[in-house]
Amino acid sequence: MELFKATDVIKDYAGHRALDRVSISVREQSVFGLLGPNGAGKTTLIRIINQITAPDSGELSFMGRRFSSQDISLIGYLPEERGLYKKMKVGEQAVYLAQLKGMSKHDALKSLKYWFEKFEIQPWWNKKVEELSKGMQQKVQFIITVIHRPKLLIFDEPFSGFDPINTNLLKTEILRLKDEGATIIFSTHNMGSVEEICDHIALINQSKKVLDGNIHDIKEQYKTGIFEIETLAGANTDEVFQTHGFNLLEQEIRGIRKRIKFQKTNGESNNELLYKLTANLELCSFREVIPDMNEVFIQVVNQANQKRK
Amino acid sequence: MNKSIIILKREYLTRVRKKSFVILTLLVPFLFAAFTILPAWLAMQDDTEKRTIAVCDESGLFPDKFENTEFTSFHFIPSEEFLKLKDHIAGSSFYALLFIPSDIVETSRAELFSDRQVTMDIKSMLSGKLETVIEAGKKKQIIDQAGIPDLEERLAAARTNIKLETIKVNEKGESVKSSTEVAMAAGYVAGFIIYMFVFIYGAMVMRGVMEEKTSRIVEVIISSVKPTQLMFGKIVGIGLVGLTQLLFWIIILTVIMTVVPAFIGTEEVMKQSQNMMAAQATGGEKNIALQGIEMISNLNLPLILGTFLFYFLGGFLLYSSLMGAVGAAVDNEEETQQFMMPVTIPLIFSIIILFPIIKNPEGSLAFWASVIPFTSPVIMMARIPFGVPVWELVLSMVVLALSIWGTIWVAGKIYRTGILLYGKKVNLKEILKWITYKN
Repeated sequence: MELFKATDVIKDYAGHRALDRVSISVREQSVFGLLGPNGAGKTTLIRIINQITAPDSGELSFMGRRFSSQDISLIGYLPEERGLYKKMKVGEQAVYLAQLKGMSKHDALKSLKYWFEKFEIQPWWNKKVEELSKGMQQKVQFIITVIHRPKLLIFDEPFSGFDPINTNLLKTEILRLKDEGATIIFSTHNMGSVEEICDHIALINQSKKVLDGNIHDIKEQYKTGIFEIETLAGANTDEVFQTHGFNLLEQEIRGIRKRIKFQKTNGESNNELLYKLTANLELCSFREVIPDMNEVFIQVVNQANQKRK
Repeated sequence: MNKSIIILKREYLTRVRKKSFVILTLLVPFLFAAFTILPAWLAMQDDTEKRTIAVCDESGLFPDKFENTEFTSFHFIPSEEFLKLKDHIAGSSFYALLFIPSDIVETSRAELFSDRQVTMDIKSMLSGKLETVIEAGKKKQIIDQAGIPDLEERLAAARTNIKLETIKVNEKGESVKSSTEVAMAAGYVAGFIIYMFVFIYGAMVMRGVMEEKTSRIVEVIISSVKPTQLMFGKIVGIGLVGLTQLLFWIIILTVIMTVVPAFIGTEEVMKQSQNMMAAQATGGEKNIALQGIEMISNLNLPLILGTFLFYFLGGFLLYSSLMGAVGAAVDNEEETQQFMMPVTIPLIFSIIILFPIIKNPEGSLAFWASVIPFTSPVIMMARIPFGVPVWELVLSMVVLALSIWGTIWVAGKIYRTGILLYGKKVNLKEILKWITYKN
């Protein structure tokens, strides 16, 4: 079921269209990756979902009904540009921000106690924010984002500024929140983390959505017929490749083996390809190279920009 | 609205609990009291040390002119003894040694010897005595030479001292004793307090908005509440901080003014201090203090307090919403300058014309400055103790109220766009464009 859906959203700023008929659909209890180069319109879309700004036109629905201002308390938002009141005490500040999300003081205190213990930062409760290290502040900010148990969580570049240990902690927590029923919109440039935690993605480029779908389908869709095989070092591969018209990309001798990366030029199936290869070569391994999200991202954005020109 | 209350509470509590706020709120009334009471109290402190002063009168004009008082006694000595004593005054029982030469009338000079610095009081007491006696002697000589009978009495009778009583007649034809000085003082104080609070607390709103913008917390907050709620909570919260401070000042000052004289053990201090203030203000009549109190109570206090509250809050709302918009539009402290200038110029202008206006509260400058909303909080308040026609007051209040509404609308537009715009230098043209955005 869809938790959040945006249809044909348009947003104009004076003389500049920030979002041009963008539609996204976020399934419940999934991690949705919102990707795109800087200035593509991701932040604008996130702000629309947070009701910080309103779209000029387009439909928004939440849990199957019209998106209303009441729904804001069901959303948790960790902005890319993070910040807290520097002079305010950590605990007091967390209670305050939880209250603004509609929690009672009592519930906020109870829930905060749980999270502070979990992240082992109870001793910081009465410290001012400016006395905390950056990593500590990030943890506090994360807790504030999830404290009111939102149905929809929006993380904008959540891992920037985190050390690897805390990045890992955060990743685990995000996936755990998903297992507990939360839906997550995740915006980042870090394609490695996209592959690790996203189920679906949408790619926005120059105000338009240029790609969306299940992450595995997309990778499948963008594979370019590149294969990697290993055969014996002495095999005469050049002749085989020439007769079949394969594009040799890389080759390397490793001991008694030779590793070859090539691209097929005809539309043959993997089985047909294997047949052709095994007829002439002793194969030790055969693997189709699936592009990673980084490659997909670069390819799609470049294509879209070229089309524009 | 509930969320605005949560914001308001935070804005209020974090500021009221600040050390600087507590210190300023407690200290200022004491300083103020110290500056008014202390000089009077010190002046009251009589010199209670017993002193004997030796007098050597070679002129022979002063044999019975030095009378012993409670603390100071005089001892006449002949010239021979004086010469001996002069060099050994440190070992003697005398505090000082006054030498009056025989030609004092011609030279107007006398000498006072002592082993230490003679106190101001003693010095002025002695010179005063010498002056009076010599002046009286000279005068008598002139009168005798002129040969006009009763000249002294006639001269005394010619001395005049005019007391101009000002009486204000109200619409019902009742006359009320008024005092221009008291109205001026009340007007000046009221206008100045409004100016000061609007300036300080308006700037506080601006810094609060900037703090949220530069620390980026604003994005988290407005994903929970509407920007207008945030702005409302902030402005009202800080306004209440200002009212709290003012209230504390009034209470503490009242307590000091009533408790301290009793504590010191004499009401004389109060009288003295009032006398001194009155003397400074008018150039010196003694019982003006009592008249002043009567005249203060003749001021229309309920009207003054009511309008004060209105203009205090009105001026604050008007300026703080604009300053809040400035805080939202800029990225750092340095950039605020170019926008603060146009916002604060009318406020500074009103304090510049404040004094001319209380000197002439009926002029056309006074009228326009008390209708234009950017100066009216200070200027109208300064005029009210003098009495202002009802229609003028109503006009001024209505214009101010409408302007607040308009300003908040405009400021809200600037605020909403500005707080989310980082790292971009904006100019006035750009800001004007924001106002026309639909949202």
